[in-house]
Amino acid sequence: MTIAALPLSRRRLPSLGPLWLAAPGLAFLAVFLLLPVLRLLSLSVEDADTGALTAHHYARLVEANVYLRVLGITFRIAGLTALLSVGLGYPLAYWLARLPDSRRARLTLLVLLPFWTSTLVKTFAWMILLGRTGVVNAGLMALGVTDRPLSLINDEFGVLVGMVHAMLPLAVLTMLPVMTGIDARLGPVAGTLGAAPAQRFWLIHFPLSMPGLAAAGLLTFISALGFFIVPALLGGRQQTMLAQLIITQIQDVLDWAFAGALSALLLVATLLTCWLYDRLFGLSSLSGDAPGRSRAPGRTRVWGLAFLFHMARFWTIIGEGLARGAGPRFGRALLPIYAGLAIAFLILPTLAVLPMAFSSSSFLEFPPPGYGLRWFQTYFGSDVWIGATVRSFGVAFATAILATLIGGFAALGLARSRSRWRGAVFALFLAPMIVPRIVLAVGLFYLFAQIGLVASDVGLVIGHTLLALPFALVAVTAVLKGYDWRLDQVAATLGADRARTLWHVTIPMVRGGIVAALLFAFITSFDELTIALFVSGGVKTTLPKQMWDDMILQLNPTLAAVSVVIFVVITLLLLAAERFRRSA
Amino acid sequence: MPAAMSEPRLTATPKLRVSGLGKSYGSTPALKPTDLDVPKGEFLTLLGPSGSGKTTLLQMICGLTEPTTGRVFIDDVDQTYTPVHRRDLGLVFQHYGLFPHLTVAENIAFPLKMRGQAPTDLARQVTTALDMVQMGSLGTRFPRELSGGQQQRVALARCFVYRPSVILMDEPLGALDKKLREHMQLEIKRLHRETGATVVYVTHDQEEALAMSDRICLMNHAAVEQVGTPQDIYARPRTAFAADFIGLSNIFRGRVTRASDGSAMLDTPQGLLCMDGLEGPASGTAALVVRPEQIAIGGDGQNSVAGTVAEMIYAGSETRMIVALRAGERAIVRLRPGLRVPDLGEAVAIGWRTADAVVIP
Repeated sequence: MTIAALPLSRRRLPSLGPLWLAAPGLAFLAVFLLLPVLRLLSLSVEDADTGALTAHHYARLVEANVYLRVLGITFRIAGLTALLSVGLGYPLAYWLARLPDSRRARLTLLVLLPFWTSTLVKTFAWMILLGRTGVVNAGLMALGVTDRPLSLINDEFGVLVGMVHAMLPLAVLTMLPVMTGIDARLGPVAGTLGAAPAQRFWLIHFPLSMPGLAAAGLLTFISALGFFIVPALLGGRQQTMLAQLIITQIQDVLDWAFAGALSALLLVATLLTCWLYDRLFGLSSLSGDAPGRSRAPGRTRVWGLAFLFHMARFWTIIGEGLARGAGPRFGRALLPIYAGLAIAFLILPTLAVLPMAFSSSSFLEFPPPGYGLRWFQTYFGSDVWIGATVRSFGVAFATAILATLIGGFAALGLARSRSRWRGAVFALFLAPMIVPRIVLAVGLFYLFAQIGLVASDVGLVIGHTLLALPFALVAVTAVLKGYDWRLDQVAATLGADRARTLWHVTIPMVRGGIVAALLFAFITSFDELTIALFVSGGVKTTLPKQMWDDMILQLNPTLAAVSVVIFVVITLLLLAAERFRRSA
Repeated sequence: MPAAMSEPRLTATPKLRVSGLGKSYGSTPALKPTDLDVPKGEFLTLLGPSGSGKTTLLQMICGLTEPTTGRVFIDDVDQTYTPVHRRDLGLVFQHYGLFPHLTVAENIAFPLKMRGQAPTDLARQVTTALDMVQMGSLGTRFPRELSGGQQQRVALARCFVYRPSVILMDEPLGALDKKLREHMQLEIKRLHRETGATVVYVTHDQEEALAMSDRICLMNHAAVEQVGTPQDIYARPRTAFAADFIGLSNIFRGRVTRASDGSAMLDTPQGLLCMDGLEGPASGTAALVVRPEQIAIGGDGQNSVAGTVAEMIYAGSETRMIVALRAGERAIVRLRPGLRVPDLGEAVAIGWRTADAVVIP
């Protein structure tokens, strides 16, 4: 009997299998993601004094016209941002996808760089570009287009420019892998069957790129829903978004319950969008797995195909007319020209900060009257700025280590697991990317206030690790996909136990992904503002928090110098990450 | 076989004519300037090892690759620079090239839609095409739900459905296993017979070429090596490459000399061998090609060489014997059934009739 019982009890433990490696991550997410978010939601249905259940806060939300209006504005701006980002990003992604591999990798960096550049730095750039005394107005006046500076910010135009600029890289980077995954041979196949170039695009490439397009729409929309930096700095009162209201409720009024209700609203809007997306396209296209069956219901699909058929016919006529009128070269040159302009739109604004940082003027004027290192001296001579910089580096370093450890082991467990919980665990690890940052930040703030972690470096590291986890997990998962697991068996037959296999075989081979995870986590923390806004307090401020405070108060050239420092740090780290990832 | 069979029928206008067609990348030729005529209704196979230029030739015929020199005529009309979608050719790929987002029926309807067919007509033609490849019940499936063989049938149906005047096939069976490949060869032959289409077929598999073709265009080193019927090329290879690439052959190389009676002899490491039908002066080097089935043990023919049995290969319907000859050369002999099988290491003499050996200058 004991002999029979022994193998049974031994089988018990490994039944969850390699998923055990994800356990530390799951515990972390339970305490610092699920708990605070649920607590925040429960606050919204609690009476602040008695603790009794109440719908009072939601009633207030509906009664006051202003909140519903802000909700409408939030959806409008997020919708327009998603539409413009996907629409403008699609041709750029299409162009990148059709380049030879090595050239594509190099040019994709020009999209990755603005993706990782801090939103604060990008927004600062637009403020000095589009402001009344900004570069654009100076140029227009010099050209005589206008004699008075135009108002380009503090309205919807300014917000949309900033939002689209911030979201375009995400849209392109989401669509790109789907497009490069499309079998390039299908175009010539369609050609031999009689399809003209426009028909090949609309009937073959476009429907096959739909999962990427839809995923890009979803990600840009839900990210835009939770934005506050851009509308706060580039918009006017008419462009106030939901996240800004939440910040006000916490920082000015300290009304937790109402902030909870607003957070619930934002969270529900986000989840509803995800649910709708899943019904229409299937979330599997987000992770890049091919769907196992046809997803679109019959009638939608037939209508879609008929629509595309007419699009194809329309554009074939246009294309042939264009080829006759302007020559075939003209049509072929359009796409590269567009791609060049789009990349210039992504890169140039940030570079425009450079001359401002080296200005000798006391004001942010363009062109600078002279050049000097004056503002860098101010920056390096300021205890506040240097303190913030040191803190940011320290927190980012700790975040990188922690996120990579937790995320790396989780990735290892998920890659090896055949458990049916695998999908759910993976989704939970990606949740910090989906749940609006502002909701996470407010939730953590409440939790930290109770356990004394507000204004502490530990609190910052925990918050940033939460945000960096998905990036670390994805970076390690990406290299594990290409890892040949039979090598582990080989190592075992040669006498290595599990730990030694991990140390001597697996880790050296996925080193590139681990380094990439470290660097991505570092960057995520280094330019993070939302969590820092609440969790870092008083003198214990981080670099982005200090920037934000200055930008709200008064623009000054020191900000340009700080922007340059952040930009250089992030660029160097990103180049290093790409190098390691490629060498893996 | 009468020799006239190997001559292209020059009287009628060829369906497809390739004239001086060549392609080079820098100074490397992918295909040296080539002439080729394909009569209407013919099944022509471009056969050769990889890098022989056969796929380049096919791609220039259909317009996926632009030629460096030469012209492509279809029905005597110059189509060299016509865009691929206006050539009215059909192309079947090794990778099937089915559109993953369209069902089987929609895939087959695609070329018809591109040609502006009326919807009612379209459904009927799709059904007919599906029946033609015995896939009638699978029209609503998606390509990923089909096996490799089924996918290739759909690709065939999609090509035959719009009745292109010339059908090009680029190693269409290359991704299938041997059994399925042989089955699909019969299917393609049947489709060719039923539709009367002109087919240009690319393969590197010589058995496939022999089994399917009206004529074979054998290619090597970016140029045409020999064009002829399968029987012609097998029985009368014009080069050592042709002899070696198609079927099993024994090739004896040597110097040409004159015997005392004035007849030509080949001086090889195996001794003097008789040569029949050598044209031109009797000098320089030449080779004799003897097929394994034309060799007998015992040397009852006019030519005989000696060696020892090195290996026996049993292949079901036949047994092949490998004989080690002098100077490290080897010969393959197809043993006739019923004869005594020699032991390994046994000394044997093998021989053939002079008329069965092909002389390659």
